[in-house]
Amino acid sequence: MQEHTEQYSFDFHRETAEIVAESRDELSIKIGEFAGPLDLLLFLIRQEQANIFDIPIAKITDEYLKYIRLMKSLDIAVAADFLVMAATLIEIKSKMLLPREPSESENEEIEDPRQELVDRLLEYEKFKSAAQMLYERTTVEEAIFERGQIESDENNAEISATVFDLITVFQKILARQKEEIQMEIHREEISLADMIRNLKRRIFQDSEVSLLNFFGEMHTKRELVTAFMAVLEIVRTESVKLLQKTTFGDIVLRRV
Amino acid sequence: MEAVREKATRSTAELVAVVEALIFVSDEPITAKVLSEILEEDKESIQAAVEALKDEYEGRESGLQLREIAGGWQIATRTELHDDVRKFLKTRPSAKLSLASLETLAVIAYKQPVTVPEILEIRGVQSASAIKTLLEKRLIVTKGHKETVGRPMQYGTSKEFLIQFGLKDLSELPSIEDFEDLVQ
Repeated sequence: MQEHTEQYSFDFHRETAEIVAESRDELSIKIGEFAGPLDLLLFLIRQEQANIFDIPIAKITDEYLKYIRLMKSLDIAVAADFLVMAATLIEIKSKMLLPREPSESENEEIEDPRQELVDRLLEYEKFKSAAQMLYERTTVEEAIFERGQIESDENNAEISATVFDLITVFQKILARQKEEIQMEIHREEISLADMIRNLKRRIFQDSEVSLLNFFGEMHTKRELVTAFMAVLEIVRTESVKLLQKTTFGDIVLRRV
Repeated sequence: MEAVREKATRSTAELVAVVEALIFVSDEPITAKVLSEILEEDKESIQAAVEALKDEYEGRESGLQLREIAGGWQIATRTELHDDVRKFLKTRPSAKLSLASLETLAVIAYKQPVTVPEILEIRGVQSASAIKTLLEKRLIVTKGHKETVGRPMQYGTSKEFLIQFGLKDLSELPSIEDFEDLVQ
């Protein structure tokens, strides 16, 4: 803690400890923060043991500004919404300092400048209590366990593929390749480096490449072997995942 | 098991048994409607069977309980046993929602369908990141645009919300006016 905060008659950490001791608001204790300007305001009003329908606006405004300043010194990003509330408080405070015009007060009842804020605080506090209720419900719910999921193809769409699955797919392709009548067309053999580059480009373009399709595009055994090695290499070196959606199904290369 | 015996008239005990089996295997709370369709029994018999099962669990102080949740039925462990269950599953209580998220969720639950500006009005603070968290956790869903200036998106709670908070339906939430008594 920095020295200068002492002059504010409270120390943030010590104060938090006191909140623990005094406040019945378990939520604030647990989370140790204010959910927003209304939350902070309610806390200050309660701390002052003030009546919410008769807020000592000057005192609460001072306390509020002190807190905001403290949050700054603690390097907490002071949200714009907290500052909007500060402006509102100062506005109300100044309105209350203004002397009333006698003519007005006689004829019509002048609205308390605090009224709108009080209404908002009361409305907010209801939802704060509702949040507390939800919090308590989660605590209860956490103590209850349902049966773990029964494994089925439906709820286990992504079975991670092993090297063996990879080889199986490869063998399937090899077998298919055998069936096709081979025509001797002399084309330039692709190097492993080129193959890796091509495959990488495809994965990063499409973000997903089907191995069946990829291997299917190969024309010769040699190309297939190169392609297979390229897949192995990419899985080893790049952030790429092998996924198999169903047992014995196609394997997909996916960018992570 | 009994699955082969189609449309056969079941005894009450048999019906209770098969209802128990289906509730047990279902991943989600299973509704009386689904049970009645699958078992080809009328809803009243299903309801009676479920109630009988519930009484049975309670009667013998079973380690399991039958709960009515999100419009369906679910078998789950009894609350008091959580220590040992957790020890076995080696789980810790999962990360709690932040105060901001809980407040936002409370506003959405009670005011749905509700827009972001309406939530801001009540909470007095931006709720964008809380809404994002709640959407990610599937606790809330979008409910179309509001036909007003800017056509803001409206949000409401999901079925997952009912499941995670152990609610039969939204009407099981205490009325928001009840919280007024707590204020002051």
